[in-house]
Amino acid sequence: MTEHADRNEDGAAAQPSGAVTPADAADAARLVAFGLQPKLQPARDQEYADLLRRYREDPPFARLADAVAAGLGLVVLEVSPRAGMAVTAAEDSVFAVRMSDYARRTSADSGDRFLHGLAHLAVAALAFPRPEDLADDGYIGRVTVNGVDAFVRQACRRLEERAAEQGENTDPVSDAPGLEAAWRVWSRRTATGATKDARRLAGSTTGIVAKAVSFLADSGFLQRTGDDNGGTYRTTARYQLQVRDMAGSAAMAELLELGVVPVTDGTPTLLPPQDTDDLELAADAGLPFHS
Amino acid sequence: MTVTSPASTDRVPPQLSAGPRPATGPAADEGLARRLRALACTAPLHDLDARKANLAGEYSVYGMAEIALAAIDLVTLNMDFDTGADHEQIVARLLPRVAAQAPQRPAAEHERVARWVLENLINVGSVDRGFRAVYGTFAPDGTYVRRDYDFKLIEEVPGPGGAVYLRTTDEAVNVLVGALDTDVTSAQIAAEVKLEVLISRGRLADAQLAAEQARYRTVQYSESLRRALEATRRNVRAVDWLNAVPDMIAEALDHVAERYRHENAILTNIRRARDEAEDPEHKRRAAELVDIVKDCIRRHTQLQARLLEAGPLFRAEQDRQAFATPAAACGLDLYGHLLAPVLPLPLERAIRVTDAFFAHGTGLRTPVSVRVGDLVDLLLTPPVEREHLGAEMPEPDLVATPDDSRFSEEQLAAAMELLDLPPDAPRRLSGLLAEARRKNPEDPDLPYLVALLAIHAASPPVGTARRQGEEKLLFAVDDGTELDDPEFGGADLIVGTALLDTAAAAADRTDAA
Repeated sequence: MTEHADRNEDGAAAQPSGAVTPADAADAARLVAFGLQPKLQPARDQEYADLLRRYREDPPFARLADAVAAGLGLVVLEVSPRAGMAVTAAEDSVFAVRMSDYARRTSADSGDRFLHGLAHLAVAALAFPRPEDLADDGYIGRVTVNGVDAFVRQACRRLEERAAEQGENTDPVSDAPGLEAAWRVWSRRTATGATKDARRLAGSTTGIVAKAVSFLADSGFLQRTGDDNGGTYRTTARYQLQVRDMAGSAAMAELLELGVVPVTDGTPTLLPPQDTDDLELAADAGLPFHS
Repeated sequence: MTVTSPASTDRVPPQLSAGPRPATGPAADEGLARRLRALACTAPLHDLDARKANLAGEYSVYGMAEIALAAIDLVTLNMDFDTGADHEQIVARLLPRVAAQAPQRPAAEHERVARWVLENLINVGSVDRGFRAVYGTFAPDGTYVRRDYDFKLIEEVPGPGGAVYLRTTDEAVNVLVGALDTDVTSAQIAAEVKLEVLISRGRLADAQLAAEQARYRTVQYSESLRRALEATRRNVRAVDWLNAVPDMIAEALDHVAERYRHENAILTNIRRARDEAEDPEHKRRAAELVDIVKDCIRRHTQLQARLLEAGPLFRAEQDRQAFATPAAACGLDLYGHLLAPVLPLPLERAIRVTDAFFAHGTGLRTPVSVRVGDLVDLLLTPPVEREHLGAEMPEPDLVATPDDSRFSEEQLAAAMELLDLPPDAPRRLSGLLAEARRKNPEDPDLPYLVALLAIHAASPPVGTARRQGEEKLLFAVDDGTELDDPEFGGADLIVGTALLDTAAAAADRTDAA
């Protein structure tokens, strides 16, 4: 063991040689293990904070920790005192969340699967309503369950009104559920519902949003701040990273692949691009412009 | 739209010359589709009567469609601006009508029927909690397409504190009022003009009907404005705050002012009709009308308050966002780039985007691995006994408050004894004061207390005493005699005790309830 320690000291002294000791590997794995506990805050744990500092000051150690994470099937988003060791699951990793595990009905019903996915997208859109909010590291978004539902419903209502103005018949063709416009699936689902045991109706849209936010809170992405409006939450640094670096770009790529190209003139502004006059931001639920 | 619309559906249009067009044109077909949809809204009501035979028990005696229409009425009228109607309250108010249909049946059955109807109007069994009707139309290219029409009659909305409230949808209000596919504003004006004419001709029975219709319209109108306002409040960046919004608010305020004037005029007229009417039936109807119009006015006032709030809220949001320091630019606008383009897509395409977002946006879960050894330990551990009574409460540290009353308990008792007069023998205040001085010569404050109590009795709280079932009440009357006293001035009141008819009061209470 002494020999071990000696070598470690030697290694630290002769940094450029880059000899990796088992102790270094243990530390690196320990840092990744901290990262796997998303609710743990670096400020609350001395050892975690020390390892984070070492990651930032000791490049070989950083490479080692990155390699441990990659080997486990994890992607490192950021390593910083505010976000900690922010790692997320790579595709097909054992840590990845699967929709079928997330909600049971979704494997049978594509409508339900869409609603759950849309709930997550809507929570993110309401948590970071402006492009600047997503870019600004200091921004803390706030969402409420009822606010998210109202926000999506408002957007759906606008689409419905616009279709009516243009004299379109948006009633879907029978027996072709896949061709139904996506917004209709949300707007025709009940917002809430009375149940025998006074719990939230799981299949209602507020039930679906509530499931999404509580899941995100378990992932360390949101923190619950109160019970108003079906539950109020604020975002964490990790959530911002996750949405910005992972989810947003992945969904964007998928959208482009579908041949839908959201056009911007390259200058992100406060104003929405021309003709997106249906930009809805639910300020109603005390949302979300606090930083 | 920031989106180039997705490739259109791959239906191949038939050749234009391929046979005669089966429909006279898209416009006629659209009218037909609209009427089919309106017709579909009534189907759930017919369906109730058709399905009542399937219920366990003999329910054919109940008119289910009637109960359903009454339920929609109740929800519409109890719908407040913010929330909606309470489920239990609606059931409770439905019960008298259900009971009237089958008075010999038990009350539990009445409640069951009321709940059954209400649940079917919500359509609790379906996951959407709504209805779906299928109808066919001709597409512009002449092909025949069957379409699904989804609608709700009563919807459940979240209220404050996690409660669930009921609201009637526009479809339901249209079914109820029977004015399908009409303009809200013009229908309201029409209803009010009709009411005025009816009142001027003294036809109150019809006037009541028209007034009720006007109220439905009023509710419907505030509902559409509520939605418009909600959109305005949210829409900070995209809304045209220079022209469109102020115009909208000004228009709405004008509308409220006009309605207010109009309904006040009607109110004055009906009040006159009520006061001048000889026939008690007419009088009652006019009184009901007054209530209805008052309710309309109340709703308009509520609406106006909302309109006035919108401006300041809007400006506050504007300040917070428009004048914030511009942050570093980031390419992705979650709403504009993702959510808005996804919503109009067909479900099968939209789901690919939401799946991608879900897969990358939910973070990670550490898989659970179970060891048999742990499991055995876990299962064999006895449950922790929970402390039943909780922690011991600390003894509260009470500070005695100084007694700063002007009069002591003994003085009050002495004064009350003096004022405990027999009902048939009232006395003058001067006499009471003299007796107080004679009985307690060492207590100079007692006459003062007696005088205070006597003055208080000059305006006795009769209503409260009656409600509380008191048997007697102290009163004082001024008959113009002046008080001749070294300490006090004013009238020499006659103080007496009045007996209250408690039995009659109790009977009144039952009536009121």
